[in-house]
Amino acid sequence: MFDFVRNRRWFYLLSAILIVPGVISLILPGGLNPGIDFTSGTIMTVQFDQPEDASRVRDVFNQLGHTEAIVQQSGDNTFVIRTRPLSQATTSDAGDTGTSERQQIEEALTAAFGAAQILNLDQVSPLIASEIVRYAVLAVAAASVCILLYLWWAFNKVTHPVRYGTTAVIALIHDALVVLGIFSILGRLFPAEIELESTFIVAVLTVIGFSVHDTIVVFDRIRENFIRRAGESFEDVVNHSLAQTMTRSLNTSLTVILTLVVLMLFGGVTIRTFVLALLIGITTGTYSSIFVASMLLASWHLGDLNWLRVGPWRPQPAVAGRSS
Amino acid sequence: MKRLIFIVLLMLVAAYVVWPQRPGSYIPGGDVLPGSPGLHLGSFDRQGAKLGLDLQGGTQLTLQADMSQIPDDQKENAMKGLVNVISRRVNAYGVAEAEIQTRGTDRVIVQLPGVKDIEEAKKLIGQTAKLEFKEQDPTGQWVPSTGQLNGQTVPLTGAYLVPGRQQVTFSGRAGLPDVAFEFNSDGATLFGQITQRLVQKPLGIFLDGQQISAPTVQAVLTDSGIITGLSLEQARLLALQLNAGALPVPVSIEEERTVDATLGADSVHKSIVAGEIALIVVVSFMLLYYRLPGLAASFALIIYALITLAIFKLIPVTLTLAGIAGFILSVGMAVDANILIFERMKEELRSGKTIAAAIRAGEDRAWPSIRDSNTSTLITCGVLYFFGQQFGATIIMGFALVLAIGVMVSLFSAIVVTRTFLELILSQSWAHSARLFGMEIAPNQVGGAASPTRRPVAAGTRG
Repeated sequence: MFDFVRNRRWFYLLSAILIVPGVISLILPGGLNPGIDFTSGTIMTVQFDQPEDASRVRDVFNQLGHTEAIVQQSGDNTFVIRTRPLSQATTSDAGDTGTSERQQIEEALTAAFGAAQILNLDQVSPLIASEIVRYAVLAVAAASVCILLYLWWAFNKVTHPVRYGTTAVIALIHDALVVLGIFSILGRLFPAEIELESTFIVAVLTVIGFSVHDTIVVFDRIRENFIRRAGESFEDVVNHSLAQTMTRSLNTSLTVILTLVVLMLFGGVTIRTFVLALLIGITTGTYSSIFVASMLLASWHLGDLNWLRVGPWRPQPAVAGRSS
Repeated sequence: MKRLIFIVLLMLVAAYVVWPQRPGSYIPGGDVLPGSPGLHLGSFDRQGAKLGLDLQGGTQLTLQADMSQIPDDQKENAMKGLVNVISRRVNAYGVAEAEIQTRGTDRVIVQLPGVKDIEEAKKLIGQTAKLEFKEQDPTGQWVPSTGQLNGQTVPLTGAYLVPGRQQVTFSGRAGLPDVAFEFNSDGATLFGQITQRLVQKPLGIFLDGQQISAPTVQAVLTDSGIITGLSLEQARLLALQLNAGALPVPVSIEEERTVDATLGADSVHKSIVAGEIALIVVVSFMLLYYRLPGLAASFALIIYALITLAIFKLIPVTLTLAGIAGFILSVGMAVDANILIFERMKEELRSGKTIAAAIRAGEDRAWPSIRDSNTSTLITCGVLYFFGQQFGATIIMGFALVLAIGVMVSLFSAIVVTRTFLELILSQSWAHSARLFGMEIAPNQVGGAASPTRRPVAAGTRG
């Protein structure tokens, strides 16, 4: 049987390799490439009847005074255009109902290229944008606290139940950091394709949910084996539990990953960033439940973490099952 | 046996609920094959699944109310009034299935599915529409026209109009549009006093502080009058707004999301195709890896999909793109409970138990993991839902709700449905083959106590 626990430092190293570059990229200015949900502004998809040149579309926007407009071609005759928030129509003093900037854009595009259709348009004001970020951070914190408390309670039959909750939460932070870090790097490499909208928050929260789901299955086996294999060393119990749950972990992740690949291929462009975030997160979620959460649990027990003054000062003898 | 009948009945009910309104569109490429036989099974005149704005097309507006002029104790009433007025305006405008909800203390979300002229809709909803009547003081400045009512001096405003009695009329030789209005008795008293004072003088009609027209009063008027000098579009909106009443607080549009209907239809089609392929892929994997138990799990998965979709339709859950993604993801996660049980079952078989005992032990042993892991997912869903509700992200609420329903239904399908099917299959003697379990099974493990009498194996006696 593979000795997971003995090799734990290699797994920590691998996690560090996965996380550190991403975290550096996150900390450096422009860490994530935020979409309008987080920055405010307008994003619209415009479709023309015939193929057009991006520079000509850009010219039309420049003439309207939208020098800030970013025009990207997404198909032969569809363009994605980002501008600052567009102003609404105001009624003039004479009582005429004025045209909004959106109408002006539509008219100018129609004048320049013939039929132009705005397929979708999202506009977010700075006020809303800042609130989304605040609630997102609160949501992650609240979810972590709830999960920690639940695990603490669910594992109250074994010694040190708080350790299970804590390591599970560390594993979920690990997974969130991997996803955020990779997206930070991807956002720098492909600024046009990888743009984070509020669906990205949904993806990160789903990853967190899955990560804990997976970790609990592994921990549950450790809990059971403590009772069943009383007398075995802590390392053996963890190693056995991991070997026993390995097939299940891989198969479950495989079915989810297969589903996500299908969504990636057939689900349309609109949700591709969302699915990519899930794909990365589910993969690391599976990895972290085995190689981060369980290894940290072992490290804590074996005294690796004594320098943090969190656990016993001396490695305890294997106390498997004594308390139950 | 009772359980089997129950499951079959449940499946039939779910299938009936889910059965598409337009049968063709649920099959990949089906809607490009009109008239293909076998797909159009009669006309079902039932409500289709409720689609979010990103799937059916439409506009979502987030309105920010300016509460700076409202005393604290009246803010709640102001919000209620705001929602009422907006609802009346939207209903009168003729938007089917519009939804108006408050978010927090000073925000209103208006969802307008299928609205073509978004600019007009925004004007209709966003304008305060406060109607005022003014007269010129000796210096020529416009000042509010007032009258005596119950011994008090009060200004005449649109608040004295009879709701629903304002209409667009076409008068005069040019046939230009006007808005005819009608005052209630208090308004008529005031209007009479004012017009009497202003005969042969101009009466200014102002909307939201801006002058619309200033006709010269020809005669004393009491309960009715007309507002001239409007375009047809303006007249229509004004009549509608005056009928619905002025907004109690001014609002500004903070956020706007518009999706074209064709783009939405394309997303629906792609999601259906992706969902069907995902189901096939997961079923194939389960069959190849777990063989006979995998077959039972596949049946359970199909029932899972039917029940979940039926619940979506019945509640109804508004399906958004993220919601559908959540559902497809839950298909992948739904088999997790099965995988947990089957892996445990294999372990028990390896340890020498009979098939019947192994199934029972597998379920018993896997249960704590299934319970704890799914509880944590439900906790995450709860946090997401709360968080989505706080800032009006319907997309996040939809995802959380869909995932939560998926998790709960999957517990039922993976445990109850799979076991029932597995027992049904194992009541057949041909099923007791090691190959069908994809692993070595000694002859003495086959069958178990229940097999010779062909009664279901492990017939649900577990407590």
